[in-house]
Amino acid sequence: MTEKQSLWNPVILRQAVIGSFTKLDPRLMVKNPVMLVVEAGSLLTTALLVVDALHHRPGFRFDLQITLWLWFTVLFANFAEAIAEGRGKAQADTLRKAKGETMAYRYRPDGSFEAVSSAALRTGDVIKVEAGQFIAGDGEVVEGVASVDESAITGESAPVIREAGGDRSAVTGGTRVLSDWIKIRITSNPGETFLDRMIALVEGASRQKTPNEIALSILLSGLTIIFLLAVATLQPFAIYSHAPQTMFVLVSLLVCLIPTTIGGLLSAIGIAGMDRLVQYNVLAMSGRAVEAAGDVNTLLLDKTGTITLGNRQATEFFAAPGISTERLADAAQLASLSDETPEGRSIVVLAKEKYNLRGRDLTHMRAEFVAFTAQTRMSGVDLPGTSIRKGSADAIARYLEQQGSSMPRKVTDKVEEIARLGGTPLVVAENETALGVVYLKDIVKGGLSERLARLRAMGIRTIMITGDNPLTAAVIAREAGVDDFLAEAKPKDKMDLIKLEQSKGKLVAMTGDGTNDAPALAQADVGVAMNSGTQAAKEAGNMVDLDSNPTKLIEIVEIGKQLLMTRGALTTFSIANDVAKYFAIIPAMFAGVFPVLNALNVMHLATPHSAILSAVIFNALIIIALVPLALRGVRYEPKSAQALLRRNLLVYGVGGIIVPFLGIKLIDVVINSLHLV
Amino acid sequence: MTPNGWLQFLVFFAALLLLSRPLGIYIAHVIEGGKTFLDPVLRPIERLIYRISGIEAEEMNWREYAGAMLLFSFASLALTYLVERAQHFLPWNPQHLPGVAADLAWNTAASFTTNTNWQAYTPESTMSYFTQMVGLAYHNFLSAAVGIAVAIALVRGIIRKQSASIGNFWVDITRTTLYLLLPLCLLLAPVLIEQGVVQNLKPYTAVSTLDHGQQTLAQGPVASQEAIKMLGTNGGGFFNANSSHPFENPTPLTNFLEMLSIFLIPAALVFALGEMTGSPGHGRAVFASMAMLFIAGFLTIYWAESQPHPLLHHVDQHVSALQSGGNMEGKEVRFGISQSALFAAATTDASCGAVNSMHDSFTPLGGMVTLVNIMLGEIVFGGVGSGLYGILIYVVLSVFIAGLMVGRTPEYLGKKIESFDVKMAMLYVLIFPLIILVLTAISLLSPMGLGSLNNSGPHGLTEILYAFTSAAGNNGSAFAGLSANTHWYNYSLGFAMLIGRFLMMVPVLALAGNLAQKKSVPPSHGTFPVNTALFSLLLTGIILIVGALTFFPALSLGPVLEHLLLHAGHLF
Repeated sequence: MTEKQSLWNPVILRQAVIGSFTKLDPRLMVKNPVMLVVEAGSLLTTALLVVDALHHRPGFRFDLQITLWLWFTVLFANFAEAIAEGRGKAQADTLRKAKGETMAYRYRPDGSFEAVSSAALRTGDVIKVEAGQFIAGDGEVVEGVASVDESAITGESAPVIREAGGDRSAVTGGTRVLSDWIKIRITSNPGETFLDRMIALVEGASRQKTPNEIALSILLSGLTIIFLLAVATLQPFAIYSHAPQTMFVLVSLLVCLIPTTIGGLLSAIGIAGMDRLVQYNVLAMSGRAVEAAGDVNTLLLDKTGTITLGNRQATEFFAAPGISTERLADAAQLASLSDETPEGRSIVVLAKEKYNLRGRDLTHMRAEFVAFTAQTRMSGVDLPGTSIRKGSADAIARYLEQQGSSMPRKVTDKVEEIARLGGTPLVVAENETALGVVYLKDIVKGGLSERLARLRAMGIRTIMITGDNPLTAAVIAREAGVDDFLAEAKPKDKMDLIKLEQSKGKLVAMTGDGTNDAPALAQADVGVAMNSGTQAAKEAGNMVDLDSNPTKLIEIVEIGKQLLMTRGALTTFSIANDVAKYFAIIPAMFAGVFPVLNALNVMHLATPHSAILSAVIFNALIIIALVPLALRGVRYEPKSAQALLRRNLLVYGVGGIIVPFLGIKLIDVVINSLHLV
Repeated sequence: MTPNGWLQFLVFFAALLLLSRPLGIYIAHVIEGGKTFLDPVLRPIERLIYRISGIEAEEMNWREYAGAMLLFSFASLALTYLVERAQHFLPWNPQHLPGVAADLAWNTAASFTTNTNWQAYTPESTMSYFTQMVGLAYHNFLSAAVGIAVAIALVRGIIRKQSASIGNFWVDITRTTLYLLLPLCLLLAPVLIEQGVVQNLKPYTAVSTLDHGQQTLAQGPVASQEAIKMLGTNGGGFFNANSSHPFENPTPLTNFLEMLSIFLIPAALVFALGEMTGSPGHGRAVFASMAMLFIAGFLTIYWAESQPHPLLHHVDQHVSALQSGGNMEGKEVRFGISQSALFAAATTDASCGAVNSMHDSFTPLGGMVTLVNIMLGEIVFGGVGSGLYGILIYVVLSVFIAGLMVGRTPEYLGKKIESFDVKMAMLYVLIFPLIILVLTAISLLSPMGLGSLNNSGPHGLTEILYAFTSAAGNNGSAFAGLSANTHWYNYSLGFAMLIGRFLMMVPVLALAGNLAQKKSVPPSHGTFPVNTALFSLLLTGIILIVGALTFFPALSLGPVLEHLLLHAGHLF
């Protein structure tokens, strides 16, 4: 899935060429009014061409070429759409292989099994899947734990754990259990499974026009009507001026003026946008959500797992007065050697890195590990004659009191200081002596602050959501570079925050995986559910990230923006193109009767026929030339709106005026050197 | 092109800048129902009007607003029609003029109701004083007020959040007339009288000319009408010669004031937009776009008219103390080329239509500019109110087309521009060329259309095109050279004026209503900026491209061809 499809993959190309012709069906064309007009024009000129041929009228060579290029215009537009769809289809085929028919072992009410085909499974059925078997449908694990290979869906080869209860209970049809067994309650009927929906999405079968696309289509249709009007009334003007035009010329003018470039590429842009998301392993349930992503004003990010690495890590040792730091490190490491928690491991690693203290053989030392309990809130190790404890400041203080000792003032101060900085202090004591403090710290993910800065440059405000106290939250927020934070957050607070932002007219995006995230995911304008999350979360969101990477939101936002920008850029380009086409065609139409009008022939096109043909050819070829841009999207850089506008207006607006002057001139030179007209 | 000409332009533009901003702030204040220094005098009158007419200042949704506007306008149209038809039974008719013919009465009623003031007749020999004062001057105030009301409603749509209503039509026209139009007219009219504009109800005066001929000097209550004719961008002259008549426009000072009056309210409304939306920068940016188009148009006319005629050889056509040089055909010597060019640019940019020179006699390029100014949709300052809502339609389209390029779905001052908004904007943009091109095409192919032509070739084409453009754009100026008082032109032009006014106002109000009920998105770093120089350039570009692309073919067979043929030695 993750591998990029080459633009000109021969298989896709061949299908696209076939698609270009099947899409000529007027019933399909109706969806695209601009190209429908071109097709109608092509049909009209074709009919007239036949009449011409029968009557051996002069000018057949020119009329024939015009007609052919008009057809090419339609075909090129169809080709653009077909190739965008083709790339999706190729991905869908990969998915289909995963889908295939599989056997499932369904529980009967009496508790026995029956072997049924996956197609026979219905919502509510319970099946058992053992190691090596494919999971026959989407569902929720109701019993057992298993490692599952989800590479068919996610492209990620490392297996994932799926277990009953909690937030890792959802399984997807088409994935394979690698070890152990699980009991699954099926949650979707055949044809409605996640995989089915995914196939439909990437194929573009269920694609509907998005709101912005509809609005843009209205604009393009409006422009088409205006130009239809301008060209239709031009004939009376021409007749009055004793310079009536042939239908071939009028249709050529019309096709050149109506926004065929954007009209031909519009649906390809939309399909390609969804496709790009798929390449990032994100599935959008609707194009509307992708568009909304470009508009997001506020991004809610969970602290744990998104902004910070999941766990706190030891970063420094602060020894108590009269104790050497090495002794503290040594004791801390000893106390943590058997501690399998990430915090414990990080202490061992820190001691090793800083003081070159290596792990020791605890059994040889006759050490006895004291595990953490909710009552003592400490862990440690008992060695003959020595007991080492590490734990929170209160817990160790109590422990020292029991030993008839107390915490030195300096240590208490350090504890408070670390807490103020947003860290977690861990006090280490050996027998009745407090040795010092280990500084455990939330580690902000590498490169995250740059990415958040990028978001800020886009004008998006980031809010960190955390259960930590405000003090700790503020420190991390500053370190990571988020704009704001919500501390001591409960699931309901998240929901309230979204509603508050939305009441101010803002669009909110968030990620979530747990069932308790589901209401907030549904409320958010862009809710990205982690694929590892629960079924409820996936149903509530409007996108699913197959990699379960919460920072993916940044890419999603960029893709949304790119999609809109590409539409805007090509619309501007298309309209700007018309200036040059007028200067090519109008003098050519009337210079025969009024040679003075050649003054408008600023490109010095050789003959009226070659001028008109060049404009029509340019108009057709530009569609093909811009297919890669439509599929790839306009380059997006996080800049202020003003800077983006300036750059794009320059490239697509001013460029759109200049390029056709050059292009038409070039084509005219080629046409004349080949003596085509 | 003389230093004096440049200086006069600069003084004009500086005066416009100086006056329109404070007036705009005042208008915003009046619109929002705030207190003004005129309240002690006008507030009782306003209340009295509401009491007499039973107006309850309830908020209206866009349908109610449009309904009230249409009801009011068509009732006024019917009234004017009746007054014209029955003027011989009515007072103030010292010349005993007969009732106006049906087709002309219809055309004139449509013309004044729509703020067009196209005149297919010679006023002094057709309309009685009563008709001019009651039937026509009434519209000069109220049609202007209607235009401003619709513009206000659209601005309200932009600034209101999740609101079902866009104001009360009756209150809007009452306040606009009372607090804006009347006071300004009361300021201007006495100055005009002082300068020599006539103001009486006397019969026409017979005088002996220097060469012992006899001449009848038409009289009338001119000054009072002249003020609102300019301030309300109406343009309907009391006399046929309009502002080139010495009784309408006697001195350079009156000429200056009249030109200033054309642009005053339309320009002030742009500043009112900035004031009301809380984004003065946006007002300035829109103003800049308009100013760019206006200056470009003026310069082209001024340059074109200053050129020596290409077919006059061995004739001294240079500017000197004794002659103005360039093309003086159809221009008043009192005003010269620069003031004629400036007046022509202003009157066609704004949908005024008053003239102090004959556009028909301009060089092909100079005449083309006046035509193009109207073709852009009367949005270069434009008509009072209609200029603002017209350019806002282009703003919406510009924001939509280019707004996508900043990577967000387009939004304008916090309002998302969605399919309904685009549909209404496109409808507005579409209707205008539809009427012009279709009716011109019919005229060009039919005997009833061609029969009125006094010129052939491209010049004739321009004359017909100009007539329909002027009607649809509610400008009302005539290119002349076309006998427009025929059944075909009276009815078709009247039809064009009504469509060009009301069929375009309804989408504007629908847009206002739709925008008003939307949520407002707070601006951010990523929001499309509408208060920058770049935005002004973009807006200007979109206006030019859409306008030019629509009419380029027609223009190339009209004035462009005529210009090229002239230089090749052909005259029409």
